[in-house]
Amino acid sequence: MSVLVYTESEQGKFKKIAQEAVSYAKGIADMMGTTVTAVSVNGEDTASLGNYGASKVLEVNNDALKNFNAEAYADVVAKAAQQEGAQVVVLSSSANGKYMAPLVAVSLEAGYVPNVTGLPESTDPFKVKQSVFTNKAFAVTEINTPVKVIGLAKNAYGVKENDTSATTEAFSPEFSKGEIEVVSVDKATDKVTIADAEVVVSGGRGLKGPENWGMIEDLANVLGAATACSKPVSDMGWRPHSEHVGQTGKPVASNLYIAIGISGAIQHLAGINASKVKVVINNDPEAPFFKAADYGIVGDAFEVVPQLVEKLKEFKSQNA
Amino acid sequence: MKILVCISHVPDTTSKINFTEGDTQFDTNGVQFVINPNDEFGLTRAMWFKEKQGASVHVVNVGGPETEPTLRKALAIGADEAIRVNTPATDGFSVAKQLAQVVKEGGYDLVIAGRESIDYNGGMVPGMLAKITGAHFVNTCISLEVEGTEVTAIREIDGGKETLKTSLPLVVGGQKGLVEESDLRIPNMRGIMQARSKPLHVKEPAEASAETSVSKFEKPAPKGDVKLVDNVDDLVNLLHNEAKVI
Repeated sequence: MSVLVYTESEQGKFKKIAQEAVSYAKGIADMMGTTVTAVSVNGEDTASLGNYGASKVLEVNNDALKNFNAEAYADVVAKAAQQEGAQVVVLSSSANGKYMAPLVAVSLEAGYVPNVTGLPESTDPFKVKQSVFTNKAFAVTEINTPVKVIGLAKNAYGVKENDTSATTEAFSPEFSKGEIEVVSVDKATDKVTIADAEVVVSGGRGLKGPENWGMIEDLANVLGAATACSKPVSDMGWRPHSEHVGQTGKPVASNLYIAIGISGAIQHLAGINASKVKVVINNDPEAPFFKAADYGIVGDAFEVVPQLVEKLKEFKSQNA
Repeated sequence: MKILVCISHVPDTTSKINFTEGDTQFDTNGVQFVINPNDEFGLTRAMWFKEKQGASVHVVNVGGPETEPTLRKALAIGADEAIRVNTPATDGFSVAKQLAQVVKEGGYDLVIAGRESIDYNGGMVPGMLAKITGAHFVNTCISLEVEGTEVTAIREIDGGKETLKTSLPLVVGGQKGLVEESDLRIPNMRGIMQARSKPLHVKEPAEASAETSVSKFEKPAPKGDVKLVDNVDDLVNLLHNEAKVI
Protein backbone atom coordinates (compact mmCIF):
# COMPACT_ATOMS: atom_id res chain seq x y z
CA MET A 1 0.00 0.00 0.00
CA SER A 2 1.18 3.49 -0.83
CA VAL A 3 0.28 6.72 -2.56
CA LEU A 4 1.43 6.73 -6.17
CA VAL A 5 2.13 9.99 -7.97
CA TYR A 6 2.82 10.57 -11.65
CA THR A 7 5.57 13.16 -12.09
CA GLU A 8 5.52 15.05 -15.35
CA SER A 9 8.79 16.09 -16.95
CA GLU A 10 9.73 17.91 -20.09
CA GLN A 11 12.97 17.01 -21.81
CA GLY A 12 14.01 15.20 -18.67
CA LYS A 13 13.36 18.11 -16.31
CA PHE A 14 10.61 17.74 -13.74
CA LYS A 15 7.95 20.41 -13.99
CA LYS A 16 6.91 22.48 -11.00
CA ILE A 17 3.52 20.74 -11.09
CA ALA A 18 5.37 17.44 -10.57
CA GLN A 19 7.01 18.80 -7.43
CA GLU A 20 3.63 20.09 -6.28
CA ALA A 21 1.99 16.70 -6.97
CA VAL A 22 4.66 14.88 -4.92
CA SER A 23 4.25 17.38 -2.06
CA TYR A 24 0.51 16.76 -2.13
CA ALA A 25 0.91 12.97 -2.31
CA LYS A 26 3.14 13.19 0.77
CA GLY A 27 0.36 15.06 2.58
CA ILE A 28 -2.11 12.26 1.80
CA ALA A 29 0.43 9.55 2.68
CA ASP A 30 0.97 11.16 6.09
CA MET A 31 -2.79 11.16 6.72
CA MET A 32 -2.96 7.46 5.79
CA GLY A 33 0.24 6.40 7.55
CA THR A 34 1.97 5.27 4.37
CA THR A 35 4.65 6.43 1.92
CA VAL A 36 4.86 8.00 -1.53
CA THR A 37 6.04 6.23 -4.67
CA ALA A 38 6.62 8.45 -7.68
CA VAL A 39 6.61 7.22 -11.26
CA SER A 40 8.64 9.08 -13.87
CA VAL A 41 8.80 8.61 -17.63
CA ASN A 42 12.20 9.62 -19.01
CA GLY A 43 12.82 12.07 -16.13
CA GLU A 44 16.38 12.88 -15.03
CA ASP A 45 17.66 13.36 -11.49
CA THR A 46 14.72 11.36 -10.14
CA ALA A 47 16.24 11.22 -6.64
CA SER A 48 15.43 14.96 -6.36
CA LEU A 49 11.76 13.98 -5.95
CA GLY A 50 12.76 12.93 -2.42
CA ASN A 51 12.99 16.63 -1.57
CA TYR A 52 9.21 16.82 -1.82
CA GLY A 53 8.40 13.56 -0.05
CA ALA A 54 8.87 10.59 -2.39
CA SER A 55 10.37 7.52 -0.69
CA LYS A 56 10.70 5.57 -3.90
CA VAL A 57 10.85 6.47 -7.58
CA LEU A 58 9.93 4.04 -10.35
CA GLU A 59 11.99 5.10 -13.34
CA VAL A 60 10.77 4.31 -16.82
CA ASN A 61 13.40 5.04 -19.45
CA ASN A 62 12.21 4.20 -22.90
CA ASP A 63 12.71 5.98 -26.23
CA ALA A 64 9.34 4.68 -27.41
CA LEU A 65 7.81 7.03 -24.82
CA LYS A 66 9.71 10.12 -25.96
CA ASN A 67 6.52 11.72 -27.25
CA PHE A 68 3.59 11.79 -24.89
CA ASN A 69 1.08 9.04 -25.66
CA ALA A 70 -1.92 9.05 -23.34
CA GLU A 71 -2.69 5.36 -23.67
CA ALA A 72 0.87 4.21 -23.06
CA TYR A 73 1.53 6.65 -20.21
CA ALA A 74 -1.77 5.65 -18.59
CA ASP A 75 -0.75 1.98 -18.88
CA VAL A 76 2.56 2.76 -17.16
CA VAL A 77 0.84 4.56 -14.29
CA ALA A 78 -1.86 1.91 -13.86
CA LYS A 79 0.73 -0.89 -13.81
CA ALA A 80 2.86 1.00 -11.31
CA ALA A 81 -0.21 1.44 -9.11
CA GLN A 82 -0.94 -2.29 -9.29
CA GLN A 83 2.64 -3.27 -8.54
CA GLU A 84 2.78 -0.95 -5.54
CA GLY A 85 -0.71 -1.80 -4.32
CA ALA A 86 -1.46 1.92 -4.36
CA GLN A 87 -4.72 3.05 -2.81
CA VAL A 88 -4.44 6.58 -4.12
CA VAL A 89 -3.04 7.76 -7.46
CA VAL A 90 -2.27 11.48 -7.87
CA LEU A 91 -1.90 13.26 -11.22
CA SER A 92 -1.52 16.95 -12.13
CA SER A 93 -4.10 19.00 -14.02
CA SER A 94 -1.87 19.67 -17.01
CA ALA A 95 -3.14 18.96 -20.53
CA ASN A 96 -1.35 15.60 -20.43
CA GLY A 97 -2.48 14.78 -16.89
CA LYS A 98 -6.11 15.43 -17.78
CA TYR A 99 -5.71 13.36 -20.96
CA MET A 100 -4.42 10.26 -19.20
CA ALA A 101 -6.23 10.33 -15.81
CA PRO A 102 -9.59 8.98 -17.10
CA LEU A 103 -7.77 6.09 -18.78
CA VAL A 104 -5.90 5.29 -15.57
CA ALA A 105 -9.19 5.36 -13.65
CA VAL A 106 -10.87 2.87 -16.00
CA SER A 107 -7.88 0.49 -15.87
CA LEU A 108 -7.92 0.53 -12.06
CA GLU A 109 -11.74 0.61 -11.81
CA ALA A 110 -11.17 3.64 -9.66
CA GLY A 111 -13.34 6.65 -8.92
CA TYR A 112 -11.65 9.77 -10.30
CA VAL A 113 -12.04 13.28 -8.95
CA PRO A 114 -10.40 16.10 -10.95
CA ASN A 115 -9.61 19.72 -9.95
CA VAL A 116 -8.99 18.78 -6.32
CA THR A 117 -8.10 21.86 -4.29
CA GLY A 118 -6.63 20.42 -1.09
CA LEU A 119 -5.90 17.44 1.12
CA PRO A 120 -8.80 15.04 1.77
CA GLU A 121 -11.26 16.11 4.46
CA SER A 122 -11.13 12.49 5.60
CA THR A 123 -9.54 9.33 4.21
CA ASP A 124 -12.17 6.89 5.54
CA PRO A 125 -14.60 7.62 3.97
CA PHE A 126 -12.36 9.26 1.38
CA LYS A 127 -13.67 12.79 0.80
CA VAL A 128 -11.95 15.51 -1.19
CA LYS A 129 -12.90 19.03 -2.19
CA GLN A 130 -12.95 19.82 -5.89
CA SER A 131 -13.75 23.02 -7.75
CA VAL A 132 -16.89 22.85 -9.90
CA PHE A 133 -18.92 25.26 -12.03
CA THR A 134 -15.62 26.73 -13.25
CA ASN A 135 -14.52 27.87 -9.79
CA LYS A 136 -17.90 29.38 -8.94
CA ALA A 137 -18.35 26.64 -6.30
CA PHE A 138 -16.76 23.64 -4.64
CA ALA A 139 -18.05 20.14 -4.09
CA VAL A 140 -16.98 17.78 -1.33
CA THR A 141 -16.93 14.46 -3.12
CA GLU A 142 -16.69 10.98 -1.71
CA ILE A 143 -14.85 8.30 -3.68
CA ASN A 144 -16.38 4.87 -3.10
CA THR A 145 -13.88 2.59 -4.83
CA PRO A 146 -10.90 0.81 -3.21
CA VAL A 147 -8.47 2.74 -5.45
CA LYS A 148 -8.87 6.50 -5.82
CA VAL A 149 -7.56 8.68 -8.64
CA ILE A 150 -7.02 12.36 -7.83
CA GLY A 151 -6.38 15.17 -10.31
CA LEU A 152 -4.72 17.96 -8.33
CA ALA A 153 -5.72 21.48 -9.37
CA LYS A 154 -2.75 23.59 -10.39
CA ASN A 155 -1.24 25.90 -7.78
CA ALA A 156 -3.81 24.74 -5.22
CA TYR A 157 -1.46 23.04 -2.77
CA GLY A 158 1.95 24.51 -3.59
CA VAL A 159 5.39 22.96 -3.55
CA LYS A 160 6.39 21.85 -0.05
CA GLU A 161 9.81 20.60 1.00
CA ASN A 162 9.63 17.23 2.76
CA ASP A 163 13.17 15.98 3.05
CA THR A 164 12.93 12.26 2.33
CA SER A 165 15.60 10.04 0.90
CA ALA A 166 14.28 8.42 -2.22
CA THR A 167 15.38 5.06 -3.56
CA THR A 168 15.16 4.62 -7.31
CA GLU A 169 14.16 1.49 -9.15
CA ALA A 170 14.02 0.74 -12.88
CA PHE A 171 10.50 -0.03 -14.05
CA SER A 172 9.74 -1.53 -17.47
CA PRO A 173 6.08 -2.43 -17.71
CA GLU A 174 4.36 -3.53 -20.89
CA PHE A 175 2.33 -0.80 -22.51
CA SER A 176 0.24 -0.21 -25.59
CA LYS A 177 0.52 2.97 -27.63
CA GLY A 178 -2.67 2.25 -29.50
CA GLU A 179 -2.64 3.50 -33.07
CA ILE A 180 -1.90 7.12 -32.41
CA GLU A 181 1.18 8.65 -33.90
CA VAL A 182 2.54 12.14 -33.28
CA VAL A 183 3.27 13.75 -36.65
CA SER A 184 4.54 17.08 -35.41
CA VAL A 185 4.68 19.27 -32.33
CA ASP A 186 4.35 23.01 -32.67
CA LYS A 187 5.38 24.73 -29.48
CA ALA A 188 7.07 28.04 -28.84
CA THR A 189 9.97 27.22 -26.54
CA ASP A 190 10.87 30.83 -25.78
CA LYS A 191 7.47 31.82 -24.39
CA VAL A 192 6.00 31.23 -20.96
CA THR A 193 2.80 29.20 -21.32
CA ILE A 194 -0.43 30.13 -19.56
CA ALA A 195 -0.41 26.67 -17.98
CA ASP A 196 3.03 27.09 -16.41
CA ALA A 197 3.02 30.83 -15.74
CA GLU A 198 3.25 32.30 -12.25
CA VAL A 199 2.10 35.64 -13.64
CA VAL A 200 -0.40 36.20 -16.44
CA VAL A 201 -0.98 39.56 -18.17
CA SER A 202 -4.28 39.70 -20.00
CA GLY A 203 -5.79 42.26 -22.37
CA GLY A 204 -9.38 42.97 -23.36
CA ARG A 205 -11.42 45.02 -25.77
CA GLY A 206 -10.38 48.19 -23.93
CA LEU A 207 -7.09 47.99 -25.83
CA LYS A 208 -8.98 48.93 -29.00
CA GLY A 209 -7.02 46.79 -31.46
CA PRO A 210 -4.32 44.16 -31.97
CA GLU A 211 -1.77 46.84 -32.85
CA ASN A 212 -1.79 47.96 -29.20
CA TRP A 213 -0.56 44.65 -27.78
CA GLY A 214 3.06 45.79 -27.68
CA MET A 215 2.63 47.24 -24.19
CA ILE A 216 0.96 44.03 -22.97
CA GLU A 217 3.96 42.07 -24.21
CA ASP A 218 6.34 44.60 -22.63
CA LEU A 219 4.60 44.17 -19.31
CA ALA A 220 4.65 40.38 -19.67
CA ASN A 221 8.36 40.44 -20.51
CA VAL A 222 9.37 42.46 -17.49
CA LEU A 223 7.33 40.15 -15.23
CA GLY A 224 8.35 36.90 -16.95
CA ALA A 225 4.62 36.43 -17.55
CA ALA A 226 2.42 34.69 -20.09
CA THR A 227 0.08 36.83 -22.21
CA ALA A 228 -3.63 36.08 -22.36
CA CYS A 229 -6.82 37.74 -23.58
CA SER A 230 -10.58 37.90 -23.11
CA LYS A 231 -13.08 36.02 -25.28
CA PRO A 232 -14.14 38.96 -27.52
CA VAL A 233 -10.49 39.64 -28.31
CA SER A 234 -9.91 36.10 -29.55
CA ASP A 235 -13.29 35.99 -31.32
CA MET A 236 -12.37 39.13 -33.26
CA GLY A 237 -9.07 37.53 -34.19
CA TRP A 238 -6.91 40.14 -32.46
CA ARG A 239 -5.14 37.34 -30.60
CA PRO A 240 -4.95 33.56 -31.11
CA HIS A 241 -7.56 31.29 -29.47
CA SER A 242 -4.81 29.69 -27.44
CA GLU A 243 -4.63 32.94 -25.42
CA HIS A 244 -8.36 33.03 -24.60
CA VAL A 245 -8.87 32.57 -20.89
CA GLY A 246 -12.23 32.15 -19.22
CA GLN A 247 -15.00 29.64 -18.81
CA THR A 248 -14.89 28.35 -22.38
CA GLY A 249 -11.20 29.10 -22.83
CA LYS A 250 -8.24 28.22 -20.69
CA PRO A 251 -8.41 28.29 -16.93
CA VAL A 252 -5.82 30.40 -15.12
CA ALA A 253 -4.45 29.57 -11.69
CA SER A 254 -1.44 31.87 -11.49
CA ASN A 255 -0.06 33.70 -8.47
CA LEU A 256 -0.76 37.06 -10.11
CA TYR A 257 -3.29 37.90 -12.82
CA ILE A 258 -3.29 41.40 -14.32
CA ALA A 259 -6.38 42.33 -16.36
CA ILE A 260 -6.06 45.33 -18.63
CA GLY A 261 -9.09 46.78 -20.38
CA ILE A 262 -11.20 43.74 -19.44
CA SER A 263 -14.61 44.60 -18.00
CA GLY A 264 -14.98 41.27 -16.20
CA ALA A 265 -17.88 39.29 -17.65
CA ILE A 266 -18.98 36.50 -15.31
CA GLN A 267 -17.56 33.86 -17.70
CA HIS A 268 -14.17 35.55 -17.72
CA LEU A 269 -14.06 35.91 -13.94
CA ALA A 270 -14.96 32.25 -13.49
CA GLY A 271 -12.02 31.16 -15.61
CA ILE A 272 -9.42 33.24 -13.77
CA ASN A 273 -10.86 32.94 -10.29
CA ALA A 274 -8.33 30.37 -9.11
CA SER A 275 -5.55 32.95 -9.43
CA LYS A 276 -4.24 34.08 -6.07
CA VAL A 277 -3.95 37.85 -6.60
CA LYS A 278 -5.92 39.78 -9.19
CA VAL A 279 -5.15 43.29 -10.44
CA VAL A 280 -7.41 45.29 -12.71
CA ILE A 281 -6.58 48.36 -14.76
CA ASN A 282 -9.66 49.89 -16.38
CA ASN A 283 -10.94 53.39 -17.09
CA ASP A 284 -14.50 52.45 -16.10
CA PRO A 285 -14.86 52.42 -12.32
CA GLU A 286 -18.14 50.51 -12.74
CA ALA A 287 -16.46 47.58 -14.53
CA PRO A 288 -17.48 44.33 -12.74
CA PHE A 289 -13.84 43.29 -12.55
CA PHE A 290 -13.29 45.75 -9.70
CA LYS A 291 -15.59 43.61 -7.53
CA ALA A 292 -13.48 40.52 -8.21
CA ALA A 293 -10.02 42.10 -7.98
CA ASP A 294 -7.66 42.55 -5.05
CA TYR A 295 -6.01 45.70 -6.39
CA GLY A 296 -7.19 48.14 -8.99
CA ILE A 297 -6.29 51.31 -10.81
CA VAL A 298 -9.06 53.35 -12.41
CA GLY A 299 -7.29 54.89 -15.35
CA ASP A 300 -6.48 54.84 -19.02
CA ALA A 301 -4.53 51.68 -19.87
CA PHE A 302 -2.57 53.58 -22.52
CA GLU A 303 -1.13 55.80 -19.79
CA VAL A 304 -0.98 53.39 -16.85
CA VAL A 305 0.57 50.34 -18.52
CA PRO A 306 3.69 52.07 -19.92
CA GLN A 307 4.21 53.70 -16.49
CA LEU A 308 3.86 50.32 -14.83
CA VAL A 309 6.39 48.78 -17.23
CA GLU A 310 8.92 51.53 -16.38
CA LYS A 311 8.30 51.24 -12.66
CA LEU A 312 8.69 47.44 -12.76
CA LYS A 313 11.94 47.71 -14.72
CA GLU A 314 13.26 50.02 -12.02
CA PHE A 315 11.96 47.68 -9.30
CA LYS A 316 13.50 44.62 -10.95
CA SER A 317 16.89 46.29 -11.34
CA GLN A 318 16.86 47.22 -7.64
CA ASN A 319 15.71 43.77 -6.51
CA ALA A 320 17.73 41.70 -8.93
CA MET B 1 -19.59 7.26 -41.21
CA LYS B 2 -21.82 7.08 -38.15
CA ILE B 3 -21.16 9.88 -35.68
CA LEU B 4 -22.42 10.14 -32.13
CA VAL B 5 -22.20 13.53 -30.44
CA CYS B 6 -22.50 13.51 -26.65
CA ILE B 7 -24.49 16.46 -25.39
CA SER B 8 -24.37 17.74 -21.81
CA HIS B 9 -27.30 19.77 -20.59
CA VAL B 10 -25.65 22.55 -18.57
CA PRO B 11 -26.54 25.91 -17.01
CA ASP B 12 -25.93 28.85 -19.31
CA THR B 13 -22.54 30.47 -18.70
CA THR B 14 -24.17 33.56 -17.13
CA SER B 15 -26.05 31.51 -14.51
CA LYS B 16 -25.84 32.34 -10.83
CA ILE B 17 -24.74 29.19 -9.04
CA ASN B 18 -26.77 28.35 -5.92
CA PHE B 19 -27.56 25.17 -4.02
CA THR B 20 -30.61 23.84 -2.19
CA GLU B 21 -31.57 21.02 0.18
CA GLY B 22 -28.85 21.68 2.67
CA ASP B 23 -26.31 22.48 -0.07
CA THR B 24 -26.58 19.00 -1.58
CA GLN B 25 -28.39 19.86 -4.85
CA PHE B 26 -27.78 22.42 -7.59
CA ASP B 27 -30.59 24.98 -7.54
CA THR B 28 -32.12 24.96 -11.02
CA ASN B 29 -34.59 27.70 -10.12
CA GLY B 30 -34.46 30.42 -12.77
CA VAL B 31 -31.55 28.76 -14.55
CA GLN B 32 -31.49 28.58 -18.32
CA PHE B 33 -30.01 25.33 -19.68
CA VAL B 34 -28.02 25.08 -22.90
CA ILE B 35 -25.93 22.64 -24.92
CA ASN B 36 -22.52 22.50 -23.23
CA PRO B 37 -20.34 24.92 -25.27
CA ASN B 38 -17.55 22.38 -25.85
CA ASP B 39 -20.17 19.90 -27.14
CA GLU B 40 -21.68 22.51 -29.45
CA PHE B 41 -18.33 22.98 -31.23
CA GLY B 42 -18.25 19.19 -31.72
CA LEU B 43 -21.85 19.08 -32.95
CA THR B 44 -21.15 21.82 -35.48
CA ARG B 45 -18.08 19.94 -36.75
CA ALA B 46 -20.28 16.82 -37.04
CA MET B 47 -22.69 18.84 -39.23
CA TRP B 48 -19.79 19.53 -41.56
CA PHE B 49 -19.10 15.78 -41.86
CA LYS B 50 -22.80 15.24 -42.53
CA GLU B 51 -23.01 17.86 -45.24
CA LYS B 52 -19.65 17.28 -46.95
CA GLN B 53 -19.07 13.57 -46.40
CA GLY B 54 -22.58 12.15 -45.98
CA ALA B 55 -22.14 11.14 -42.35
CA SER B 56 -25.15 10.39 -40.17
CA VAL B 57 -25.22 12.24 -36.86
CA HIS B 58 -26.91 11.09 -33.69
CA VAL B 59 -26.84 12.97 -30.41
CA VAL B 60 -27.05 11.45 -26.95
CA ASN B 61 -27.58 12.67 -23.44
CA VAL B 62 -27.67 10.81 -20.14
CA GLY B 63 -30.31 12.49 -18.00
CA GLY B 64 -33.95 12.90 -17.04
CA PRO B 65 -36.82 14.16 -19.24
CA GLU B 66 -35.91 17.77 -18.37
CA THR B 67 -32.93 17.52 -20.74
CA GLU B 68 -35.07 16.84 -23.82
CA PRO B 69 -35.35 20.49 -24.93
CA THR B 70 -31.55 20.55 -25.16
CA LEU B 71 -31.59 17.41 -27.34
CA ARG B 72 -34.35 18.96 -29.49
CA LYS B 73 -32.13 21.98 -29.98
CA ALA B 74 -29.36 19.68 -31.24
CA LEU B 75 -31.88 18.13 -33.66
CA ALA B 76 -32.90 21.61 -34.79
CA ILE B 77 -29.26 22.40 -35.52
CA GLY B 78 -29.27 19.36 -37.81
CA ALA B 79 -28.64 16.06 -35.99
CA ASP B 80 -30.67 13.17 -37.46
CA GLU B 81 -31.72 11.34 -34.32
CA ALA B 82 -31.44 11.76 -30.57
CA ILE B 83 -31.08 9.27 -27.74
CA ARG B 84 -31.73 9.97 -24.09
CA VAL B 85 -30.53 7.43 -21.55
CA ASN B 86 -33.15 7.76 -18.87
CA THR B 87 -31.13 8.08 -15.66
CA PRO B 88 -29.75 11.06 -13.77
CA ALA B 89 -26.15 11.90 -14.66
CA THR B 90 -24.58 11.30 -11.26
CA ASP B 91 -20.85 10.95 -11.87
CA GLY B 92 -18.62 10.90 -14.93
CA PHE B 93 -17.71 7.23 -14.67
CA SER B 94 -21.32 6.02 -14.62
CA VAL B 95 -22.20 8.37 -17.51
CA ALA B 96 -19.29 6.92 -19.51
CA LYS B 97 -20.58 3.38 -18.83
CA GLN B 98 -24.07 4.35 -20.04
CA LEU B 99 -22.64 5.95 -23.17
CA ALA B 100 -20.45 2.90 -23.82
CA GLN B 101 -23.62 0.82 -24.02
CA VAL B 102 -25.10 3.25 -26.58
CA VAL B 103 -21.89 3.21 -28.62
CA LYS B 104 -21.73 -0.60 -28.67
CA GLU B 105 -25.37 -0.96 -29.71
CA GLY B 106 -25.21 1.81 -32.32
CA GLY B 107 -21.89 0.82 -33.93
CA TYR B 108 -20.60 4.39 -34.15
CA ASP B 109 -17.31 5.09 -35.93
CA LEU B 110 -16.69 8.49 -34.39
CA VAL B 111 -17.82 9.82 -31.03
CA ILE B 112 -17.42 13.53 -30.34
CA ALA B 113 -17.83 14.82 -26.80
CA GLY B 114 -16.79 18.11 -25.27
CA ARG B 115 -13.41 18.26 -23.53
CA GLU B 116 -15.35 19.00 -20.35
CA SER B 117 -18.77 20.20 -19.27
CA ILE B 118 -18.93 23.69 -17.85
CA ASP B 119 -20.88 22.55 -14.78
CA TYR B 120 -18.85 19.78 -13.16
CA ASN B 121 -15.68 20.33 -15.24
CA GLY B 122 -14.96 16.61 -14.90
CA GLY B 123 -13.29 16.18 -18.27
CA MET B 124 -13.41 12.42 -17.83
CA VAL B 125 -16.29 11.12 -19.93
CA PRO B 126 -14.55 11.10 -23.36
CA GLY B 127 -11.42 9.34 -22.09
CA MET B 128 -13.33 6.80 -20.03
CA LEU B 129 -15.70 6.11 -22.91
CA ALA B 130 -12.75 5.50 -25.26
CA LYS B 131 -11.05 3.18 -22.80
CA ILE B 132 -14.22 1.19 -22.11
CA THR B 133 -15.13 0.80 -25.80
CA GLY B 134 -11.55 0.22 -26.97
CA ALA B 135 -11.55 3.22 -29.32
CA HIS B 136 -8.66 5.58 -29.95
CA PHE B 137 -8.84 8.84 -28.08
CA VAL B 138 -7.76 12.40 -28.80
CA ASN B 139 -8.40 14.98 -26.09
CA THR B 140 -8.51 18.80 -26.31
CA CYS B 141 -9.00 18.37 -30.04
CA ILE B 142 -8.96 21.60 -32.11
CA SER B 143 -9.00 20.18 -35.63
CA LEU B 144 -10.39 16.94 -37.02
CA GLU B 145 -10.26 15.50 -40.55
CA VAL B 146 -11.45 12.02 -41.54
CA GLU B 147 -10.70 10.28 -44.87
CA GLY B 148 -12.08 6.75 -44.99
CA THR B 149 -10.92 5.40 -41.65
CA GLU B 150 -7.79 7.58 -41.48
CA VAL B 151 -7.89 10.48 -39.07
CA THR B 152 -5.73 13.58 -38.76
CA ALA B 153 -6.32 15.51 -35.57
CA ILE B 154 -4.68 18.45 -33.87
CA ARG B 155 -4.56 18.50 -30.11
CA GLU B 156 -3.94 21.54 -27.93
CA ILE B 157 -1.07 20.97 -25.52
CA ASP B 158 0.29 23.31 -22.84
CA GLY B 159 1.89 26.10 -24.84
CA GLY B 160 1.25 24.79 -28.33
CA LYS B 161 -0.31 22.09 -30.42
CA GLU B 162 0.43 18.60 -31.66
CA THR B 163 -0.66 16.97 -34.90
CA LEU B 164 -1.69 13.32 -34.61
CA LYS B 165 -2.53 10.54 -37.04
CA THR B 166 -4.91 7.83 -35.93
CA SER B 167 -7.86 5.86 -37.21
CA LEU B 168 -11.50 5.06 -36.53
CA PRO B 169 -13.10 4.06 -34.22
CA LEU B 170 -12.23 7.23 -32.36
CA VAL B 171 -13.47 9.26 -29.42
CA VAL B 172 -12.68 12.97 -29.41
CA GLY B 173 -12.73 15.40 -26.50
CA GLY B 174 -13.47 18.55 -28.46
CA GLN B 175 -13.39 22.28 -27.87
CA LYS B 176 -13.31 25.60 -29.69
CA GLY B 177 -11.11 25.22 -32.76
CA LEU B 178 -13.02 22.18 -34.09
CA VAL B 179 -15.06 25.02 -35.56
CA GLU B 180 -14.90 28.73 -34.86
CA GLU B 181 -17.38 30.60 -32.71
CA SER B 182 -18.73 32.26 -35.88
CA ASP B 183 -19.51 28.82 -37.37
CA LEU B 184 -21.96 27.96 -34.59
CA ARG B 185 -25.53 27.74 -35.84
CA ILE B 186 -28.66 29.22 -34.38
CA PRO B 187 -31.55 26.90 -35.25
CA ASN B 188 -33.88 28.44 -37.83
CA MET B 189 -37.66 27.98 -37.88
CA ARG B 190 -37.46 25.18 -40.44
CA GLY B 191 -34.92 23.32 -38.32
CA ILE B 192 -37.05 23.76 -35.22
CA MET B 193 -40.16 22.45 -37.03
CA GLN B 194 -38.25 19.46 -38.42
CA ALA B 195 -36.76 18.69 -35.02
CA ARG B 196 -40.24 18.09 -33.62
CA SER B 197 -40.74 15.07 -35.86
CA LYS B 198 -37.22 13.64 -35.67
CA PRO B 199 -36.80 10.50 -33.54
CA LEU B 200 -35.87 10.98 -29.87
CA HIS B 201 -35.34 7.51 -28.43
CA VAL B 202 -35.61 7.05 -24.69
CA LYS B 203 -33.42 4.20 -23.58
CA GLU B 204 -33.46 2.55 -20.19
CA PRO B 205 -30.09 2.67 -18.43
CA ALA B 206 -27.59 -0.18 -18.14
CA GLU B 207 -26.47 -1.30 -14.69
CA ALA B 208 -23.74 1.09 -13.63
CA SER B 209 -22.75 2.08 -10.15
CA ALA B 210 -21.53 5.59 -9.37
CA GLU B 211 -17.92 5.55 -8.16
CA THR B 212 -18.08 9.02 -6.65
CA SER B 213 -20.82 11.03 -4.99
CA VAL B 214 -21.07 14.65 -3.92
CA SER B 215 -21.64 15.00 -0.16
CA LYS B 216 -22.14 18.74 -0.21
CA PHE B 217 -21.53 21.91 -2.21
CA GLU B 218 -19.85 25.07 -0.99
CA LYS B 219 -19.56 28.55 -2.37
CA PRO B 220 -16.27 30.43 -2.24
CA ALA B 221 -15.80 32.65 0.82
CA PRO B 222 -16.85 36.24 0.10
CA LYS B 223 -13.99 38.35 -1.13
CA GLY B 224 -12.77 41.52 0.52
CA ASP B 225 -13.13 44.85 -1.27
CA VAL B 226 -10.72 45.85 -3.98
CA LYS B 227 -7.91 48.16 -2.90
CA LEU B 228 -7.87 51.08 -5.30
CA VAL B 229 -4.62 52.90 -5.85
CA ASP B 230 -4.03 55.96 -8.03
CA ASN B 231 -0.46 55.41 -9.17
CA VAL B 232 1.82 52.60 -10.27
CA ASP B 233 4.34 53.21 -7.47
CA ASP B 234 1.76 52.25 -4.88
CA LEU B 235 0.66 49.25 -6.94
CA VAL B 236 4.18 47.84 -7.26
CA ASN B 237 4.77 48.46 -3.56
CA LEU B 238 1.60 46.58 -2.57
CA LEU B 239 2.27 43.68 -4.92
CA HIS B 240 5.76 43.34 -3.48
CA ASN B 241 5.26 44.01 0.23
CA GLU B 242 1.65 43.04 0.90
CA ALA B 243 0.64 40.45 -1.71
CA LYS B 244 4.24 39.21 -2.08
CA VAL B 245 3.70 38.11 -5.68
CA ILE B 246 6.54 40.06 -7.31
